[in-house]
Amino acid sequence: MDFPLLTVIVFTPIVSGLLILLIPGERKTEIRIAALAAATFALLLSLGAYIIYDRSLGGYQFVQIFTWIPQLGISYHVGVDGMSLPLVLLTGIVIFTGVLISWGIDDRPREFFAFLFVLASGVFGVFVSLDLFQLFFFYEIAVFPMYLLIAIWGWQVTREYAAMKLTLYLFIGSLVALVGGLAMYYTSGLGTFDLLALQEAGFSTAFQRLWFPFVFFGFAVLGGIFPFHNWSPDGHVAAPTAVSMFHAGVLMKLGAFAALRVGFMLLPEGARFWSPLILGLATVNVVYGAFIAMVQTDFKYVIGFSSVSHMGLVMLGFATLNREGLTGAGLQMFSHGVMTALFFAVVGVVYDRAHTRDIPKLGGFSKVMPLVAVAFIVGGLASMGMPGFSGFIAEFPIFMGLWKAQPVVALIAALGIVITAAYIMRVVGRVFFGKMPAEMEGHISRETALDRIALGVLAGILILVGVVPSVMAPLVASGADAVVRLLGGA
Amino acid sequence: MAIAAFQPFMLIAILPEILLLVLATLIFALDALGGAGRRQSLGGVASLGLALILLATLGFGRPDAEQSLIFGGMLRHDWIAFTFKILLLFSAAVTCMLSMGVREVSARGEYYGLLVIATLGMTLMASSADLIMLYLAIETTSIPLYVLAGFMKGDDKSTESGMKYFLFGALTSAVMLYGFSLLYGFTGETNLYRLADALQASEMSPWLLSGVLALILVGFSFKVAAVPFHFWTPDVYEGAPTPITAFLSTASKAAGFAVLARVMLAVFPGIAGSWTAVLAGVSVATMTVGNLLALAQKNIKRLLAYSSIAHAGYVLIGLVALSQFGAASMVFYLLAYVVTNLLAFAVVILFARSAGSEEIADYAGLSRRAPGLALALLVAMLSLAGMPPLAGFVAKVYVFAAAVQSGLVWLAFVGVLNAIVGLYYYLTVLKVVYLYRSEHEDKPVPVPRSYAIALITCVVAVLLIGTLSGPWLQWAITTATSLF
Repeated sequence: MDFPLLTVIVFTPIVSGLLILLIPGERKTEIRIAALAAATFALLLSLGAYIIYDRSLGGYQFVQIFTWIPQLGISYHVGVDGMSLPLVLLTGIVIFTGVLISWGIDDRPREFFAFLFVLASGVFGVFVSLDLFQLFFFYEIAVFPMYLLIAIWGWQVTREYAAMKLTLYLFIGSLVALVGGLAMYYTSGLGTFDLLALQEAGFSTAFQRLWFPFVFFGFAVLGGIFPFHNWSPDGHVAAPTAVSMFHAGVLMKLGAFAALRVGFMLLPEGARFWSPLILGLATVNVVYGAFIAMVQTDFKYVIGFSSVSHMGLVMLGFATLNREGLTGAGLQMFSHGVMTALFFAVVGVVYDRAHTRDIPKLGGFSKVMPLVAVAFIVGGLASMGMPGFSGFIAEFPIFMGLWKAQPVVALIAALGIVITAAYIMRVVGRVFFGKMPAEMEGHISRETALDRIALGVLAGILILVGVVPSVMAPLVASGADAVVRLLGGA
Repeated sequence: MAIAAFQPFMLIAILPEILLLVLATLIFALDALGGAGRRQSLGGVASLGLALILLATLGFGRPDAEQSLIFGGMLRHDWIAFTFKILLLFSAAVTCMLSMGVREVSARGEYYGLLVIATLGMTLMASSADLIMLYLAIETTSIPLYVLAGFMKGDDKSTESGMKYFLFGALTSAVMLYGFSLLYGFTGETNLYRLADALQASEMSPWLLSGVLALILVGFSFKVAAVPFHFWTPDVYEGAPTPITAFLSTASKAAGFAVLARVMLAVFPGIAGSWTAVLAGVSVATMTVGNLLALAQKNIKRLLAYSSIAHAGYVLIGLVALSQFGAASMVFYLLAYVVTNLLAFAVVILFARSAGSEEIADYAGLSRRAPGLALALLVAMLSLAGMPPLAGFVAKVYVFAAAVQSGLVWLAFVGVLNAIVGLYYYLTVLKVVYLYRSEHEDKPVPVPRSYAIALITCVVAVLLIGTLSGPWLQWAITTATSLF
């Protein structure tokens, strides 16, 4: 492949972000159009990569490698496989819909989109990294803009607190993982940060068992694993809509993905040793997250905790260490990304009009915005794992894998699904049906056309993947196979 | 290493020093001869002169493959000297540019003259290979700096700053000199590169030697502002004219590290085990104290003072690693730190010029008032915090890598924890800049040309060092080879 597709995907957002900064700040419409154009371009490119990727060949494709810092064996090395490609596409989808949903931002949209695009570049960069140093480099780039995005454009009540909490949590996690990465680099004796080379380094069992928790938990903080999940609902709630979408939709995958790529794939023996603990913690995520979501009265907190719960399923899938579980986890990352972006978009649309997210104060929204209600219900069905929606395609293999690995955990985690159904029903019933409070009657406007496009795209993808799983499942399975090979069968 | 007789190349080796002396003379002459109007251009003369000297040094001052002691063993013409001279000249040139818009100092010949003399002292510090030369160089640096710190005579804080700096400096320097004299007394040798053998031959008891080392470390710790000799820093930094604060926190610190690294590695390799243990402790204390105290600061100069203390701690990690890569990471860190800190101070000076304040709270609304300046501050703060794609990130990765390579994983973890604390207060500044509103938002912050040049140079350098760090790291590695 001569055309450096992945490089273009990675740098499109950040370059557009810098160009947007050159537009005078008061020309807000031009800024928004430029942002949308850039986001559309990024989406089309990632869709292009998704389509062109040769499924019969598998493995890493669109590979490019340049020497970057030769003294330490660091290179710029990109490539995607079945695990990362759907996530690249997911990032494209979320950035596109996120820009649509953010059309109404009126306070310094120039800076908003510039920071959002820097974030997007960081995310793309991590998903395509085949070099450990490069992965950290982009990882940090993805973490930081979050702070300003939440602190400046977030929900006034908690934004400063939530933004700082989130940034510190994630930064400490990534630095702890960084020390682990450095330990791997020096212990391997290979003098390279290349992930594909380190995969074959053959670290001693003791080394792997010692360092796996540092690397895994360092990254899994961003994946929201219990008991380090605490930043996440606060962060989601405080963030502006597009940032919540990005954050829950893509950033949490970043943590899970990096934990997989660096933790499981480089330290397989460590992964085997620690997998019971991860199974336990992730089960807590699933069940506890769902219970907490159940009792929230703030619409956005419900979704925030549902993310904690769903990311637990991803971690469970990883910890099964088998093909089914990993395939399911890969699919769940994509499916949850789209689904939660949809949820947060709906919350944003509702909040912008009702000016409250307090569930008891809401009601009857389906009468004013039936399409939004439909979109939310689609997301809800996906999140319950209903057949015909992407959630089923993702969760079913996870439970199959779990059943093979630890039947007890499968039984307990299944409880999470039941509770999920309960809190989704509760939100749908309270917010979209029932009677609209008198003071809101007549003051609620319909969603905009842009909102409709964004929600339609997201809901459509959930259904498409659910009805035609072959568009994604075999691809992810091929990625999962590669991981299973490294994990040594099972 | 044999000491060669005088040869013409030795003059090339001290080319920067010669040119600095010429420049200082020129400035004093212009000041004495020129009228008030001419004095306005002194800053331009000084910064242009320093920039030219920088280029001349880059062009001609490169050491040969063979390291050589020159001028009877007083100086050593090697990579560490060369690299630090470049760094010091860069810092001095930028400092002069940043001084041109500060009313109290901008048109004062003696200000620029002293600054150039101090730079001369620092370049000698970087290349000194003899205890006597070293002491002279340190004093040549310090005395002008004492004056410069207290330059604004009408300002109580500046006077206090100069006085404090002088008292602490004189005291620690005396202690250090005592250490030097003991070294000479026990060995009869003053050349750094023969002292190691002489110490071995003298069979001094390790306890005594450690005591001597401690005395010397007092002086060096003062220079680099390491705990427990950091007390002067916040007050001196706050009171001094801000460009001088920038100079103290970058060039003076870098020169101190050049001396520290050279002396430790050349004179005391025999007891490396004990001094690395001590310095590891100092490093931990320096990082931690600097970062924790920075949390509570309300004044941006004091915040940067404590942050500079913390950064000295990270730099020490590189030295404690006691490896070639460790030394290289130290040099690289200083490179990144000097450029970044100059950038931060450039913004502080510009803001103080138009807003007349150094309180962090007054930075509210800066992002609306001057978006470009706010962005420059964002770059500086994030680089100090260690965020990619900026210089500070790779610099931190390298020192942590050096620690891990030498088996000091615990030290890397201490560094990591400190980086988190650091991130907190840098973000707090950015929060004020980007989030808070103020009623002065419609007042622009004018940026004179010299400042624009300095800002753009530093921002570009921070980005370049951060993204294309290969060549810079190679430079640092080459530099480190001359230490071992």
